[in-house]
Amino acid sequence: MASQAHHGTSASAPDVHPFWGKLSWDAFPFHEPIVLITFIGVVLGGLALVGALTYFRLWGYLWKNWFTSIDHKKIGIMYMILGLVMLLRGFADALLMRGHQAIAASGGEGYLNAHHYDQIFTAHGVIMIFFVAMPFVTGFMNYVMPLQIGARDVAFPFLNNFSFWLTVSGAILVMVSLFVGEFSTAGWLAYAPFSGLEFSPSVGMDYYLWALNIAGIGTTLSGINLVVTIVKMRAPGMDYMKMPIFVWTTLCTNVLIVATFPVLAATLALLTADRYLGTHFFTNDLGGSPMMYVNLIWIWGHPEVYILVLPVFGIFSEIVPTFTGKRLFGYASMVYATCVIMVLSYIVWLHHFFTMGAGANVNAFFGITTMIISIPTGAKMFNWLFTMYKGRVRFDVPMLWVMGFMITFVIGGMTGVLLAVPPADYVLHNSLFLIAHFHNVIIGGVVFGIFAGIVYWWPKAFGFSLDPFWGKVSFWCWIIGFYLAFMPLYVLGLMGVTRRLSQFEDTFYSIYFIVALVGALFIAAGIGAFIVQIVVSIMRRKELADETGDPWGGRTLEWATSSPPPYYNFAFSPKVHEIDAFTHMKREGYTRPTDGFMPIHMPHYTATGVVLAGLLTVMGFALIWHIWWLAAASFAAALIYGIGHTFNYNRDYYVPAAEVREIENLRTQQLAKAAEQ
Amino acid sequence: MKRALIASTLLSTLLLSGCNLVVMNPSGDVAEQQANLIVYSTILMLIVIVPVIALTVFFAYRYRASNTDAAYEPDWHHSTTLEIIIWSVPLAIIICLAGLTYVATHRLDPYKPLSRISADQPIDESVEPMVIQVAAMDWKWLFIYPELGIASVNEVAAVVNRPIEFQLTSTTVMNSFYVPALAGQIYAMSGMQTELNAVINEPGVFKGFSANYSGEGFSQMRFKFHGLNEAGFDTWVEKVRGDDKVLDSDTLEALNQKSISHPVTYYGRLEDTLWERIVNTCVNGEDLCRHDMMMVDALGGGGLEGLWNRDMFRGICSADDPGALMALIRPELRINKDDLVTAMTLTAPVNAN
Repeated sequence: MASQAHHGTSASAPDVHPFWGKLSWDAFPFHEPIVLITFIGVVLGGLALVGALTYFRLWGYLWKNWFTSIDHKKIGIMYMILGLVMLLRGFADALLMRGHQAIAASGGEGYLNAHHYDQIFTAHGVIMIFFVAMPFVTGFMNYVMPLQIGARDVAFPFLNNFSFWLTVSGAILVMVSLFVGEFSTAGWLAYAPFSGLEFSPSVGMDYYLWALNIAGIGTTLSGINLVVTIVKMRAPGMDYMKMPIFVWTTLCTNVLIVATFPVLAATLALLTADRYLGTHFFTNDLGGSPMMYVNLIWIWGHPEVYILVLPVFGIFSEIVPTFTGKRLFGYASMVYATCVIMVLSYIVWLHHFFTMGAGANVNAFFGITTMIISIPTGAKMFNWLFTMYKGRVRFDVPMLWVMGFMITFVIGGMTGVLLAVPPADYVLHNSLFLIAHFHNVIIGGVVFGIFAGIVYWWPKAFGFSLDPFWGKVSFWCWIIGFYLAFMPLYVLGLMGVTRRLSQFEDTFYSIYFIVALVGALFIAAGIGAFIVQIVVSIMRRKELADETGDPWGGRTLEWATSSPPPYYNFAFSPKVHEIDAFTHMKREGYTRPTDGFMPIHMPHYTATGVVLAGLLTVMGFALIWHIWWLAAASFAAALIYGIGHTFNYNRDYYVPAAEVREIENLRTQQLAKAAEQ
Repeated sequence: MKRALIASTLLSTLLLSGCNLVVMNPSGDVAEQQANLIVYSTILMLIVIVPVIALTVFFAYRYRASNTDAAYEPDWHHSTTLEIIIWSVPLAIIICLAGLTYVATHRLDPYKPLSRISADQPIDESVEPMVIQVAAMDWKWLFIYPELGIASVNEVAAVVNRPIEFQLTSTTVMNSFYVPALAGQIYAMSGMQTELNAVINEPGVFKGFSANYSGEGFSQMRFKFHGLNEAGFDTWVEKVRGDDKVLDSDTLEALNQKSISHPVTYYGRLEDTLWERIVNTCVNGEDLCRHDMMMVDALGGGGLEGLWNRDMFRGICSADDPGALMALIRPELRINKDDLVTAMTLTAPVNAN
């Protein structure tokens, strides 16, 4: 029966044009008013942007100073910009869903048909995880970690640039799907067999697969890069147990990335083979096992949750001591807690599908391992708490986000442990309670942490602080919006409302969905205020300028540099004697060397990363649309270009000592001026 | 009672009327126990959560920078006593919760026959559970009553206080069978059978649906679960029987076509072994049934030829005539039917009736 349908689908697959593949005019959304209007808007906006860049002659500047840059700081900033742009897209999807559900639950039809709605929740999940949260945390790890360990760059600077552009490549493919063809309807994890050819014959699933295949390679390479950087490039004297906690969480995160992203790559490769080569790894029939897919995807997917949240725990661990003016409580237990979480995150994946029908022993095992994770997480929470104890807590905007996090996250943690009790999960699984739970930890944890980190490190990156007024507006809108948007979802879950519904049976739930919509609008205001905050701060950058390089009374090495740091970070490798190296330096009356500079070994910028990723984007697009000649040509071109790059021996140079002296002298003058004021 | 009290205290703080929360106030004993578990686990966790939130607020207030009266010890960063407490209190709670989880997971294992009808009513060993076979389709639910020889679509009924054994499969993607008032959910998947044991303790009409996204018609993939007394159930069965439609391979094939908001349909009669063929994805009689394929594999497989020789196996049912199947794949072996049936430990004969 099932196999019958399958063969029927393959036989009736649309004709593949030898030149255009499956691509035809039908692929463009002329018949979908909502998409068409968005399309026109994006095209006009894009043209305006391109026009402005051309008018102000910024293309050369962007290309030479940013796109081809292999400076970890610039790459870090580009990751953050990618995350912010994609946040707007992902959040637009969220608003569309909230609005639609509020109407549909109040007796209306809503403005989205099921097919469109299914694409939107899929895109929302994919974008928020892969192209918002991941770029943001990778951006932080890229920008902050090398500075904190006193390094001049990451271990493999070119690879870093290449990884970034591969992530962009994936994001571009997801964005293109909005206007050429359609996106997947299979949910953010594309559960088989639904994601197979039989049930999802359209190009949407292929967009998903190639976007993630390509971006996933970027993430894996970046993971290797950052692990090697931490292991090999720490400043003299910085033992593992003297590394800042953010570096520790970056290390654990990237170990997780290196160990789990290959699982994702393999899983998606098998699914890709099912769709392109006629294999049956995950199909219903011919020996395929959809349950295997669900297991594999979560073997990656659960550690992924910790890949997102561990760096953010690191950010909080940097902010709390700074704004309490006090050393972090329980450094060692923080480190062990991070490592324990890293290890345990591998053995809990089955809690995402207790309801699949495994035996009681299996379910109990995975339920209990899940609960055990809450012990080190709880310990972290207490460590932050006791760092405030007998401190001097300054409620600058980063610390506000931390307070919001601490209160919100424990609630999410509690509902998470609740879901880890298998029989409780039987009644809560896939319900809006689950949705509320993971937004509670991802917004309350990851997103709050990202905003805290942006406000905290912004002066370091740009030389001026962010305007605190708009920062506070953004914080309050977010926190009010979060509670309004997701507390009703907890209740709806207890009312037995399941996720991913586009139509409702009765109007019983109306009020809860309306409140959730209001919450989403508050969050929209929060995002708006955040953007206003950036714009206002740029306009007021003179008054908000940070001359000292240490606006908050920081404790780690990045604050020892100027704001923004010189491209070589440190004229001399700092020597580390203590945890909180910079606090120690300040206390010991460290004086900045003003003489005796030596040439600094630095890598050259290269366009290879952009070019390769561009070619692979074309390859991805061609594979999605079955334009085989183009796929082969772009792949061959990427291969040849990549091999060609290995023959490029002009990779590095020495910054002359005179240039270092010049930059450092400017810094000396700046510091002297700041000291006078 | 105590639970109800605690639950109502908890929930009234959320400004809710408890009766709307079907998950917390279900009508079936299994769901009831699951709701209890939610309450107990929540209380256990609040032992840590409440102090954390309270201390966060208190420390933030007490040690605010403007309060220069508060102690300030910028280098204080370690206390063995505190470390022991912050690791051991959560540990102790998790040990309790883990014990609770282990016991509850085993007691509420959906495959396990019920051990009670409700908190104050033990199980009657002489009453067999009513078997209801459930197939998730795009996008509707088929219910088969093998003992009664009837079937229905998007409506299912059961007798109050009589144990039910659901056997579940899917003819399409993964779905999740969920009646919140009755019991927790379990996935329904193609080519295999999952089980759910449950009982309804109160008469009424309850919502059921798929709790796992399955595509375009997912939102409408709903059914009604009727909890009826003996007499009411008999009337319902008569109503279904009164419809002289027969559920056989052909009607099933037609039913299996994609449809959204499929009307409630009754089938007064059933073709034999239909369920076995749905589970083994061989309703049309052309494909080798899955359990037969498994037997082929268990006996060493059809070799590489098996890939291209699927036709060879069409129409042969191992349960009817294992010898024939054996002769096809391993002609050199002369094994009699009884030996084969003994060897087939994984598949029970399907046409036992």
